[in-house]
Amino acid sequence: MLSGDRPEKGKRMHIPDGYLSPSTCALTLAIALPFWWLAYQRAKRLLHTRLVPLFAVFSAFSFVIMMFNLPLPGGTSGHAVGMGIVSIVLGPWASIIAISLALLIQALFFGDGGISSFGANSLNMAIVGSLVAWASYRLLSAGAPLASRRRVIAAGVAGYLAINASALLAAIEFGVQPMLFHDASGTPLYAPYPLSVAIPAMMIGHLSFAGLAEMLLSAGLVAYLQRAHPALLAGTAGIRANNSQQNGSVRQLWYGLAGLMILSPLGLLAAGTAWGEWGAEDFANPAARQEIIQASGLHALPDSAPEGLARLAGLWSAPFPDYAPAFIHSPAFGYVLSAVFGAGLILLSLLLLARLGGKRGLPQ
Amino acid sequence: MSEQSFLAGKHRHHGNIAERMVHGLQQVMEHALDAEAISATPGLLQQLDPRIKLLSLLAVLVATLLASQLTTLLLLFVLAVVLALASQVSISRLYRQAWLSVLLFSGMLALPAIFMVPGEPLFTLPLLHWHITRQGLSSAAFLLGRAEVSASFALLLMLSTPWMHVLKAMRSLGVPVLVVALLGMTHRYVFVLLQTASQMFEARRSRLLAPPSGRMARQLVASTSGVLLGKALQLSSDVHMAMVSRGYRGEVYLLHNFHTRKRDWCALLLAVALPLVIVWNHA
Repeated sequence: MLSGDRPEKGKRMHIPDGYLSPSTCALTLAIALPFWWLAYQRAKRLLHTRLVPLFAVFSAFSFVIMMFNLPLPGGTSGHAVGMGIVSIVLGPWASIIAISLALLIQALFFGDGGISSFGANSLNMAIVGSLVAWASYRLLSAGAPLASRRRVIAAGVAGYLAINASALLAAIEFGVQPMLFHDASGTPLYAPYPLSVAIPAMMIGHLSFAGLAEMLLSAGLVAYLQRAHPALLAGTAGIRANNSQQNGSVRQLWYGLAGLMILSPLGLLAAGTAWGEWGAEDFANPAARQEIIQASGLHALPDSAPEGLARLAGLWSAPFPDYAPAFIHSPAFGYVLSAVFGAGLILLSLLLLARLGGKRGLPQ
Repeated sequence: MSEQSFLAGKHRHHGNIAERMVHGLQQVMEHALDAEAISATPGLLQQLDPRIKLLSLLAVLVATLLASQLTTLLLLFVLAVVLALASQVSISRLYRQAWLSVLLFSGMLALPAIFMVPGEPLFTLPLLHWHITRQGLSSAAFLLGRAEVSASFALLLMLSTPWMHVLKAMRSLGVPVLVVALLGMTHRYVFVLLQTASQMFEARRSRLLAPPSGRMARQLVASTSGVLLGKALQLSSDVHMAMVSRGYRGEVYLLHNFHTRKRDWCALLLAVALPLVIVWNHA
C-alpha cells in the first residue's frame, strides 16, 4: 500500500470480489467457520477478560504491519502479512482471529480484498498461514534456547513457508474457477486462468519477492525481540508447555481428523476424473478421451498415450488403486477406508518428525 | 502496479523509507477522515438505515457474482454511479479510489486472458500471431466488470456510513456481539497504532542525514515493528485494566438506536429484487 521509489514486487494475495464464484466463497467460509469457533474457544479459556483488549490490539497491530513496505535486496520492495510473527508471539489460535479481523477491516474499510471473498482470504492467510507458520517454527526451533540464532532462522523459514502455503491455496482457488464455472460457449465466468497458469503465476511472485518480505520481517522481528523483549518469545516456545493442555489439543486434533475422514466421501460427488490424473489406458477409451478433451479447454489429444506415460505407468502401482482396495466392492466405503489409511500414515510421519525434532509439535 | 484498495489511487510520495512510511500511514488516516466527512453530508445513501444499507450491499454483491451477462454488470455499474451522484460522492472520487485501482490491478491481471482463453478467434495480432478470442475477451470483461461493480458499491457503503454504524448494523443482523466489539476496538486501535508508527518513522526521519542502505532500511522496518509489538502488548494490558476497573467482566453490551422508515424498506426491496431477477433471467 505504501510505495515510492522502489518498484513494488511483493504483492499480497488479497482476493478481490468477483474473482471467485459464489459457491467457492460459501465453501471457503464454511471451512473457515469451525476454525474460528475452535480458535475462539481456546482463546476464551486461556484469556477470559483479557481476550477482547488483546485481540483488538493485536488485530490492529497485524493491520498496521500489513501496511509496512519492506525494502528487499535488489531494489524492489514487498509487503508482509505478519501471520508468522503473530503466530510466534501469540500462538496459532490467537493469530487466526487477529489476522481474520484485520482482513475484515481491510475488506470493509479499505477495499483491500473482497467482502464476498473474505472467507477465502481468511482461510488462506489467517488460518492456513498461521497454522503453517506456527507448526514450522515449533518444529525448526524445538529445543533451541530463546536467544539462539536457530530461532531467527526458524522464524524466517516459518514466514516464508506460511506465505507460500497461502499463495498456493489462493492459486488453487483461482485455478479451479475456469474448470467449474463457465457458460455454454466456454467463457470462464470468474478467474479465467486454469491451474496450469494460476499456480506458476502466483508462486513465482511469492516464492521470490513476497516470500522474501515475509521471511525478512519474521526473522528481523524475532532477532529484535530476542534483544529487547525475550519474554514475548517464551510464550509459544514450548518451554513452559504443560501436559494437560497438550493432551487437550491432541484430542481436538483427533476430532478434526475424524471430521475430515467423515467428509471424505464428498469426493465421490465430483463427476469424472480429476484434471491431470489420467492413466495410460484412458487414452484408448473413447469416453475418457472425450472427457479429457472437454476438461483441457478443447485442446486436441494425441492418438495414443504419450510414450513416457506408457513407460512409467507400470513402474509403481498405488496400494489402493482408484481409492478402493480390490477386495472392497462399495466405492464409498473404499473411499473412507483410503482416507483413514492415508490420514494414519500422515499422522504417523508427523509424530515421527516431531519426535525427531525433540518436541511434540502440536498447537497450543 | 499496486494491489487493489481504496487508497491505491492516491498521490505517491518519493523519498527515503522513513518519509514514504510517514506519508503512507497518513494517507490511511486521511481516508478515514474523508469517509467520516462524506458520511455526514445530506445525501440519499447517508439517510438510509445502516442495517438496510449493509443488507442491500450484500444483495448487490450477490447479484454481481450471479450475473452471467455483461449487460447486467453494466446496469449495476450505472446504478452505482447514480447512487454516488445522489449521495454527494463525486465521480472523480469513485474513479480515484475504486475504478482506477481496480483497472490497474484486475485489468492487468485480466489482460493476458484475452489471448490465453481458448475459443473462437476474433482477430490475430500482426507480429506475434496471437489470437484474440471471443471467450477470452468476455472472460476478461467479466472479471474486470465484477471487480469494478463490487468495489464501487463497497466504497459507497464505506463513504456513506460511519464505521460505528456499520458495526451496529452487523450486530442487528446477527453477527456475534463479541465480533462486533472486537471490530470496533480494532478499528480504534488501528488508528492509535498507525499514529504511533507514523511518529516513530517521523522521529527516525528527523535523525537521518542520508538515505539509509537497503540493509539498514530493513532493520529500521523490523525494529519499528518490534517496538510497535511491545507497545501493542503494553497497550492491550493497559486497556484491559481500564476495562476491568470500569466493571467489564467478559460480557459486551451495545446500544441500538436505529429506526427504519418506509424508504429504507423500499431500498431493501429493490436491492433484494436484483439477485432474484438475475437468477430468474438466468434460469
